[in-house]
Amino acid sequence: MTEQAATRQVFRIVIKASAQAIWDAITSPEWSERYGYGGRVEYELKAGGQYCHKASAEMKAAGLPERMIVGEVIESDPPRKLVQTWHPLFNDATAAEAPTRLSYEIRESPAGVSTVTITHDVEGAPMVAGMVSGGGDPAQGGGGWPWVLSDLKSLLETGARMPT
Amino acid sequence: MVTYRRGVTDDDQVFKALADRTRRILLDLLFQRDGRSLKDLESGLAMTRFGVMKHLKVLEDAGLVLTRRSGREKLHFLNAVPIRMIHDRWIDKYRERRVSALLALKTELEKKDRRS
Repeated sequence: MTEQAATRQVFRIVIKASAQAIWDAITSPEWSERYGYGGRVEYELKAGGQYCHKASAEMKAAGLPERMIVGEVIESDPPRKLVQTWHPLFNDATAAEAPTRLSYEIRESPAGVSTVTITHDVEGAPMVAGMVSGGGDPAQGGGGWPWVLSDLKSLLETGARMPT
Repeated sequence: MVTYRRGVTDDDQVFKALADRTRRILLDLLFQRDGRSLKDLESGLAMTRFGVMKHLKVLEDAGLVLTRRSGREKLHFLNAVPIRMIHDRWIDKYRERRVSALLALKTELEKKDRRS
């Protein structure tokens, strides 16, 4: 048994929504500001394209930089697969860590139910790994992917967010 | 893979999966360090390989464990999303009700206060 920390995290959720609806929720700013930590995403959806997740006014007031998370698109296959680098610039410590690699895979079943799988390779980024794994208080920024995905499911299935 | 089966909800499967000590130990092992092989998980438990496989299958069916191939090995990952969902949809719900009951009580007492 090795004692090295896991450098990959996997998250999966089933949502009663089409793959296209989920793709839009992930890649468009109109949707990204409605769930999870909010803020508007900007995606240039092609290999080598730029990605930026901008902080909301509230987040900026809390001290986060405008360009909160940056990255580059590696693969874009709408509405099935999105692979990108993901480098949070929340503070000097996360900015100093290596950019991580994030992939979204969306599979729609004939019944109109979709499975979303996030694979986050966090090698060289232990601080980011701790943040995205969840288990903390969402109000303190500790919700990670489990909370973001759970909130996305609520939004797409009921049209309303979860109370926080 | 989690599916919406008639009569059996995802929550049922998650609660059933969590209602077993060995399975909770397996989740704890993955929480401590994610991405483990069957052999690795087996070494943390006093149980046959077959027994561990059976428990992992239940956890996989409930969506609590996901597997990925890495070379010749199958690695097991903890998927914390279903637990988060139970927390968000069940535990928060009751906590809120308790909070709102307390708030109602406070309002009621303050009203009485003003009357007296």
